[in-house]
Amino acid sequence: MTLRSISELDWRGSGAEPAGSLVIRGARVLDPRSELDAARDVVIREGEIAELAEPGSGAADGAEVIEAEGLTLFPAFFDPHVHLRTPGQEDKEDVETGSRAAAAGGYCGIVGMANTDPPVDTAGDVAALRERAREQAAVPTGFLATVTKGMQGAELSEMVDLAAAGAVGFSDDGLPIANARVMRRALQYQHLVGLPIALHEEDPELSAGGSMHEGEVSAVLGISGVPSVSESVMIARDCALAAYEEARIHVQHLSAFQSVAVIEHAKAYGVEVTCEATPHHLVLTDEAVRSLDSRFKMNPPLRTGADRQSLIEALRTGTIDCIATDHAPHTSNEKEVPFEGAAMGVTGLETAFSVLYTDLVQPGSLELATLIERLGGGAEALGFEAPRIARGAEANLTLCDLEAEWEAGAEGWESRSDNSCFAGRRLNGRVLITVAAGRVAYRQRSFALGVA
Amino acid sequence: MRDLLSIEDLERSDIERIMARAASFAEVGRRDIKKVPALRGRTIVSLFYEASTRTSSSFELAAKRLSADVVSVKSSGSSVDKGESLKDTVATLSAYAPEAIIIRHPHAGAAKLVSEWTEAAVVNAGDGKHEHPSQALLDAYTLLDRFGTIEGADLSDKRIWIVGDVLHSRVARSCALCFRKLGAEVTVCGPPTLIPRGIETALGVEVAHSLDDLGEADVVYALRMQRERMTDTFVPSIREYATAYQIDSRRLGPRQLLMHPGPVNRGIELSPEVIDGPASLITAQVESGLVVRMAILYELLAGGAEPRGAGDTADSELPAPTPIGEPA
Repeated sequence: MTLRSISELDWRGSGAEPAGSLVIRGARVLDPRSELDAARDVVIREGEIAELAEPGSGAADGAEVIEAEGLTLFPAFFDPHVHLRTPGQEDKEDVETGSRAAAAGGYCGIVGMANTDPPVDTAGDVAALRERAREQAAVPTGFLATVTKGMQGAELSEMVDLAAAGAVGFSDDGLPIANARVMRRALQYQHLVGLPIALHEEDPELSAGGSMHEGEVSAVLGISGVPSVSESVMIARDCALAAYEEARIHVQHLSAFQSVAVIEHAKAYGVEVTCEATPHHLVLTDEAVRSLDSRFKMNPPLRTGADRQSLIEALRTGTIDCIATDHAPHTSNEKEVPFEGAAMGVTGLETAFSVLYTDLVQPGSLELATLIERLGGGAEALGFEAPRIARGAEANLTLCDLEAEWEAGAEGWESRSDNSCFAGRRLNGRVLITVAAGRVAYRQRSFALGVA
Repeated sequence: MRDLLSIEDLERSDIERIMARAASFAEVGRRDIKKVPALRGRTIVSLFYEASTRTSSSFELAAKRLSADVVSVKSSGSSVDKGESLKDTVATLSAYAPEAIIIRHPHAGAAKLVSEWTEAAVVNAGDGKHEHPSQALLDAYTLLDRFGTIEGADLSDKRIWIVGDVLHSRVARSCALCFRKLGAEVTVCGPPTLIPRGIETALGVEVAHSLDDLGEADVVYALRMQRERMTDTFVPSIREYATAYQIDSRRLGPRQLLMHPGPVNRGIELSPEVIDGPASLITAQVESGLVVRMAILYELLAGGAEPRGAGDTADSELPAPTPIGEPA
């Protein structure tokens, strides 16, 4: 499968005049994909990285110049898994607010899930969303369509029509595809459409009624548990089906060590499978749920310390290909209720990098370069070229101040919802500027004022 | 203490204090006039989102014995039926400036949430399958009274078996925690499908799957088997469950005490003869419920330690309750 460039996704920059030139001067440029870690002047012209020059030598003919000495420039991030909630749930989020949150988090591209109200399962739905993205999206935004009609898990969506309308792939995320025969047929149809299928893996019989990880904490709280194996048994089933049909699957939000083990085996066996993990599963455990704070309720649930360590190790080795936020905005009405009655999901776009930098990179659990690689890995998993910093590459860049310290949510959120499980946390490392397809998509306010 | 949300939150000294105060209220209960003016003019709201007979009536009577004004709200037939959120209901009721809200709710953590939304002291009368602290305190009182160890609240050297559907039981969780805090050894017993994974370390209890070693127990605490659970195949049949786990006169030894939180399913978890037998503390539990709940309300509203919203400086000594109508 050939990879497409991120700028092919719809956003406000689609079809616009080429952006003016931009020079980012003197930043430490870190891109593990290009094996680059050195101070450079980065010159951007007509959407591309035109020059990577020694500091002080980057040409600045009529270009905007950003003095970035002491700052760090990364290839921008790509999130294969966000919920933009439109159509139907615009009280939680929409394309504009969700993509703005993405830009503020350093993302140059995002892919929205199809579990909207109604779900995205017709060509008309996809066309309408793409139109909306061209009007409103702050960064290139793709949309998945459902695998099954109405996400009912019974009949395949019109996958060929949906692909023709510009869906970038398929997912019933939010729900598993419980029926193995339906799953198999979707994998057979993948050969016609050539697009990725992203899977929310959960055996609904094993997880039924559960609100948190089944373990010691759920035993104390008397909350019905979601056992780890409800995830891994479905991953095993779908890896077996993918192998049999020579199909390719992307497994969403891994949470349990058993799931990591299944993916490891499947990859070793040659199954074409990629997978993702979320920042919250990488830094939190079910201990956080002892507070019964509904901000810690999500699906899959936060699991144990051993599960978390296994995810970090798999992220390091590459068994986990990428980080996805599963950005899931909810209104306060749905969260200000007792834990078991609360909606599942947390926002994540605006805090992902800082949380992972603070909790994984600074303590020495993960190399910064690996983190950057995995934050871009979602692009390849969903059929796009990963952002990189090289001459001639599309200019997808994130400028960060690794010394900056900030409090999550203290200045509000770009997202319409505030159900962040990291709100109030002191975080290190902050995104100052995001460049998507050669345009400045985000500028942190204080940096825009020159006080950073 | 500002609220009673869980046994997990309590210090042993809190439990000792409530036990001692309950004993003094028990003394009042033996007088002709059982009412004391301790909470006169105070408003207590009882908010029940689940059916309850004994807990709600016991709290209501406890509040009345203390001369408080009680407002009872049940979810059916109220604004809750009309879709009002818990937060809005609490805001509405808080506008009456109650000194305490007693809440039962089908979800864990409901009482704790309410305590974040109101100035009133909050009493958890059962939150989902999580905790039922007043039940555990009344059970502890019943045992301490029987063993004559209310002073010091000591259950050490006692072994207590909790038998039945532990998975779905907030009583089991609160009782296990409470008995452990008072020094007892606790074993939970039931079929593997009804024992939560990880409970040994989580609650510091032993797990048994048969009644073979029941003889080691000083106290057998049987849990209510909820018939509605049986539709979900946690056990193959009630008949088989009763065969394996029913406490009957054959299984209950002569020196063993029997407890049950009620209401009992006669012939399922308990055989009829043990319910009414000499070892049964079931009626004593109900009696304890009243004085322990009086002690809880007194502790929260008049027991010193800055009761929230009450704004008065109540005597923090143990009460020398003066029955209304008797000369002081």
